[in-house]
Amino acid sequence: MTNYLVEPAPHIKSKITTQKVMLHVIIALLPSVMASTYIYGLRALLMIVICSACCVLSELIFEKITKRPRTINDLSAVVTGILLAFNLPPTLPFYMAAIGSVVAIVAVKQLFGGIGQNFANPAITARIVLMLSFSSYMTTWVQPFYYTMSADAVSSATPLVSEEPLEFFDLFFAKSGCIGECCNAALILGGLYLIFTRIITPVVPIAYIGTVALLTWISGGDVLSQVLSGGLVLGAFFMATDYATTPIRTNGKLIFAVGCGLLTFVIRNYGSMPEGVSYSILIMNIITPYIDKLTVSHPFGAKKEAK
Amino acid sequence: MSLHSIRLPHQKSSAETQTAKPLLPPKVVISMSQHGGVPCTPLVQVGDDVKTGQLIGSSDAVISAPVHASISGKVTAVTDVINIAGKRNTALVIEASNKQELHESVKPPEVTDRTSFIEAVKNSGSVGLGGAGFPTYVKMNYDPNTSNVDTLLINAAECEPYITSDYRAIIESADKLISGIKLIMKYLDIPKACIGVEADKGKAISMLSELCAKENGITVKRLPSAYPQGAEKVLIYNVTGRTLKEGELPLSVHCLVMNVSSVIFINDYIKTGIPLIKRRLTLDGNIVNKPVNVIVPIGTQLSQLTKPANLRRQPDRVIFGGPMMGSSVYDPEMPIMKTNNAVLFFEGVSAVHEPTPCIRCGRCVRACSMNLMPTELESAYDRKDAEALKKLKVNLCMNCGACSYVCPAKRNLSEKNQLAKLFLRNA
Repeated sequence: MTNYLVEPAPHIKSKITTQKVMLHVIIALLPSVMASTYIYGLRALLMIVICSACCVLSELIFEKITKRPRTINDLSAVVTGILLAFNLPPTLPFYMAAIGSVVAIVAVKQLFGGIGQNFANPAITARIVLMLSFSSYMTTWVQPFYYTMSADAVSSATPLVSEEPLEFFDLFFAKSGCIGECCNAALILGGLYLIFTRIITPVVPIAYIGTVALLTWISGGDVLSQVLSGGLVLGAFFMATDYATTPIRTNGKLIFAVGCGLLTFVIRNYGSMPEGVSYSILIMNIITPYIDKLTVSHPFGAKKEAK
Repeated sequence: MSLHSIRLPHQKSSAETQTAKPLLPPKVVISMSQHGGVPCTPLVQVGDDVKTGQLIGSSDAVISAPVHASISGKVTAVTDVINIAGKRNTALVIEASNKQELHESVKPPEVTDRTSFIEAVKNSGSVGLGGAGFPTYVKMNYDPNTSNVDTLLINAAECEPYITSDYRAIIESADKLISGIKLIMKYLDIPKACIGVEADKGKAISMLSELCAKENGITVKRLPSAYPQGAEKVLIYNVTGRTLKEGELPLSVHCLVMNVSSVIFINDYIKTGIPLIKRRLTLDGNIVNKPVNVIVPIGTQLSQLTKPANLRRQPDRVIFGGPMMGSSVYDPEMPIMKTNNAVLFFEGVSAVHEPTPCIRCGRCVRACSMNLMPTELESAYDRKDAEALKKLKVNLCMNCGACSYVCPAKRNLSEKNQLAKLFLRNA
């Protein structure tokens, strides 16, 4: 008796999986991981590893306790871990990073339904929570290559608060700030990889950075140093492109990115915070459902509902 | 503005192979329902001798097409078959006799004007050979006083992977295609015709362009190789720029759309009188040694095709049609219908993975040529929200499967759309 396998169409599927998407993101982050390790030393690498491990563990334990299906294989927790570490100063005590990981995975992601259902970017929200809880540790900065220097030359301020404008070379290749912000060149390389593999659309980083650049130029500021300072490049390529928390259609993403750019500019120049990227992205994440509603697609040849 | 589409691997391994000679199976099982519409009633009974081309089933209903004997032999049973969509229909079983001969009624029809042309098309048993199987004469039978068709669109897209039956039809009978187009243009009084061919069929495009250069009013349009190029609405839009509105027929945008193989068949019928009793079928799949097209009498059973398909081993999956919209076959004796254009034999594990949660990446939205939002449709169906399904226009979904194909979470989006449409019908 021959038995054929019967299933509904389509009978072929593309090879892409959620796990492969996350793998592409991890690959895109690797140049920055290596750059950060070189610039900030092994402690930065350890921070990245600890955050990733804590994120994966939090997800595993939460899913075990709540008897939900295991999803750690999709590697999204690893991506969150790396991005969270990228948002922290290199000298942050590890236990605070661990707390941040638990907040990111459990509070922001899992309690709202897991992957695809979070209302805001987990890494960004966790960073803001840490900022509010441990503000002095979260604003203690060190210079690039501090691990090679004597103790008193170590501390610094980020380029956004420093009085001296940085050279382009420093801004582009090694500046102080969070673990992930320090090497814009590596970030851009990773970002281009994501665009090339069609994981993200170029619309978001171009519109986000472009809006900040345009507003800076109009207000007479130094465009290049504004664009390369702080977490703008990191945010534009890796945080404002998160699938679950940004609009689903490309025109919605454009509105989102321009909104982020506007808010970042306003917070940086008129707010009391030196950095606006985290708060801009968080606010736009919250507005995203409304942007989605505004940008619903028009079905081909659809007629208006008679009733 | 171009419509969304996706790129699929072509897998057109049989494209440059000459179509094999017609098969003669030992028996055929001819269903009385070979098309969408009313099934025919049998005109012969068990014990009758029938000859090739003899009328064996007809119906008085408008949306119907007659059925003819595809081989000569004896009617040995009037049975029930369950077709690929799960519907039960009456079928006639004819066992082949040693002498294969044409029935006396088979002769070229008398065609003098529009009415006699449409009558001839009806008597030929012609249905759309691209897969949809709509009775052709009904499509042509519009009132010329109230409707005006200015373009005859010939669908030579053949966008599904593996299938090359239309392509081989063009390569082997391009002149018959042009002749058929001219017949339709003449008797239905349609001023221009355009043949839409996908860019990967370079040889067909150049052959047809050369022939069309000598004709008045027939052009060839090269279409991008994107799935689903062969879908009626997509084809009309890409060739003429006209948008076919929800629930309307191509007539409303002054178009008549026909598949290349259908047009070639009509040309042959007008010239010879032989009704629709056989068709070209692509045999391919990852266990087929030499993928090839073969001419097959309607009603040939699947078991008769495994030998010409030259299989390396027993198949795990068999599909009638293409891999994107074709149907899984469960019965090794399933008969071929007028609408089947390919049989695919596969070994290997199922294409269905366990779905994982939606990550809202938007690939499905960017894949839908009808501009729908499959992820939203899925969540509307899961909550059984009829209002939302109506607003999101799930009824515009043509089940092309592009959304399911691109989804990284391997969600069964296309399948859910089908369920949603059924849910709306019953809601």
